[in-house]
Amino acid sequence: MTARDTDWDGVRLHVVTGKGGTGKTTVAAALALALAHAGRKVLLIEAEGRQGIARLFDRPPLPYAERKIAIGPGEAHDGRGAGGDVYALAIDPEGALLDYLQMFYGMRSAGVALTRLGMVDFATTIAPGLADVLVTGKATEATRRRQPGSASGFSYDAVVLDAPPTGRVSRFLNVSAEVSGLAKVGPVRAHADSVANVIKSPQTAVHFVCTLEEMPVQETLDGIAEIRSVPGMQVGGIVINMARPAVLTRQELKSQPDQAAMAAALGAAGLHDTESLAADLAAEISEHARHIELEDRERTELEGAGPPIYELPLVVEGIDLAALHRLAAELREQGAA
Amino acid sequence: MSPQLDIDRIIDDRRTRIIVCCGSGGVGKTTTAAAIGLRAAERGRQVCVLTVDPARRLAQSMGLTSLDNTPRLVDGIDEAADGSLHAMMLDMKRTFDEIVEAHADPARAAQILANPFYQSLSSSFAGTQEYMAMEKLGQLRRSDEWDLIVVDTPPSRSALDFLDAPERLGRFLDGRLIKVLTAPVKAGRPFGRVLNAGLSVMTGAMTKLLGGQVLRDAQTFITAFDTMFGGFRERADATYRLLQAPGTSFLVIATPEPDALREASYFVERLAEERMPLAGLILNRVHPAGGGPGEAGGSPLSAARALAAAETLEAAGQHESAADPDADATAALTAAALRLHAERMSLAMRERRVAGSFKSVHPAVPVIEVPALPEDVHDLEGLRRIGGAFA
Repeated sequence: MTARDTDWDGVRLHVVTGKGGTGKTTVAAALALALAHAGRKVLLIEAEGRQGIARLFDRPPLPYAERKIAIGPGEAHDGRGAGGDVYALAIDPEGALLDYLQMFYGMRSAGVALTRLGMVDFATTIAPGLADVLVTGKATEATRRRQPGSASGFSYDAVVLDAPPTGRVSRFLNVSAEVSGLAKVGPVRAHADSVANVIKSPQTAVHFVCTLEEMPVQETLDGIAEIRSVPGMQVGGIVINMARPAVLTRQELKSQPDQAAMAAALGAAGLHDTESLAADLAAEISEHARHIELEDRERTELEGAGPPIYELPLVVEGIDLAALHRLAAELREQGAA
Repeated sequence: MSPQLDIDRIIDDRRTRIIVCCGSGGVGKTTTAAAIGLRAAERGRQVCVLTVDPARRLAQSMGLTSLDNTPRLVDGIDEAADGSLHAMMLDMKRTFDEIVEAHADPARAAQILANPFYQSLSSSFAGTQEYMAMEKLGQLRRSDEWDLIVVDTPPSRSALDFLDAPERLGRFLDGRLIKVLTAPVKAGRPFGRVLNAGLSVMTGAMTKLLGGQVLRDAQTFITAFDTMFGGFRERADATYRLLQAPGTSFLVIATPEPDALREASYFVERLAEERMPLAGLILNRVHPAGGGPGEAGGSPLSAARALAAAETLEAAGQHESAADPDADATAALTAAALRLHAERMSLAMRERRVAGSFKSVHPAVPVIEVPALPEDVHDLEGLRRIGGAFA
């Protein structure tokens, strides 16, 4: 099928989580682009209606519908040239409930009445897991949806779910446990079980996005332990996001720079005020060294956790479509897609 | 140019009784609230910090082992100014239970607490946490044991949730749907003929989704709750008014990132609409432009000039043969340092641009920038350092 092996060849549902502020949505979007190579079709789902995906791709707010949002990278060397397609879908519990009622009972108009009466709030209150089941249910439905005639037999070759933050993700995914208190039998229960069959299978992997700081790393490690504690659930990779480039070697960082020599070099490069500039630069180096040391410590912590680690650079200018493609290429090169 | 936010003036003003720290997730709300609380206490206020964050970070940074819905005294603060610091973490279910216990006779309270519908409402309804945070804030304020309460708002995806959620919970509990659902029970005829066709389709759908038992639990709960103490909405309104009262100051927290500042912007506009007193914006984790800590003043070397100089040095290094290995190493190191500097400058410029667009939309909002710290805060000393950046 694929032109080459990736770390997640058997995976069709990629769940992406991460602590707030680590760039979870950016990484999910980059992963979707990375997966959409060689004519593959990928669905990128936003689970918590923030419209972050629309903003990333510079589009108007996404409706509750699967819309093509980007074209994946083309690869001339595999003979096909064409890139794949990225579709996007923003799910909200309300839309998912209407969808569910329509799909299983043909009750759309009743559903609209329910929405008007605040029924969705109500239903999701009485049944706290219900909203999650509906959202994960939509993602698994898209993952399993068949399309006769397509190369894989499925509508989408892969689905990427921009999931809730790390602190909530295992509860979000562990749907059958969530609704068990609610309905022992009945349609929601059956629905939850079929969702769980996909989530707790080798088809699904949960990736963690994190930055090299203490709290995000700690939350990542806790999140990984939680996912591992649920039988059948698979931890995917760890994506270190916003990593600073290694401008200086560890050796250079350790050495005490000779400021006079640096000042001379700065002068040779045509700069003025070389002495105070050299002092500034030396101070910046030592601050950077301290930062790198902390980052290395956090990286070691992550390495101890086991999953493969991918590293994406900080995009200083801010994320736009070009930057997303660069990040996607990084993920491809590192074997994540 | 935005006015400078003067935190010390706010915490030194004895009329300030409540400070609410709000902002989107991951911007350092909890740490900021704790740092403000500590600074105010060390400047002589009797402070209680109320945090709603389940990550127990505040507990760690204040050296507390447990935060359990009761204000605990924080040891190790400088008491020279006769101030004190308490900290508590909100347990939303416990707070809800306490309201029930305070307002119902023991038998009825036990009945409510055991109701499955109540249990899911009190532990997982989106909005309960915010509602209970306001409830707790009201309780602390009324107790008058502290002269300053610093609140860290729940880690919701949107800063606005803190203002909207209590209203949402109130609306939900007082709402039409509830009335419709509870009416048949009150009248003693389940799903009576008063329901029109549309509603019976609806209840049919609910029963399909949730099963009959869940619905009956809800009806029992609402009936018991309703007779216990009037409208939930009025209660929410009362606490909401507390936030509009003089003596309350809102601080919006953000980082110089587009998403965080967009949330901050929404929040600032919303506060203005609600006539709630915004004190200003705290911009956390700013990477300062300019040289290192020892910068001698003057405008720093721009990213473009630093890169150009780095390229000059690297080009020279390639042409000259290795006549002097030391000089080569210095040139390489200097070039690398210049590239590092260029990256810092680009980041600082980007942050300045992002912050600048907030400032031009909200020119009257006072702003203070707190520099990025290399390490997370672990202890009071770390909090004190952050507080020092407010000065």
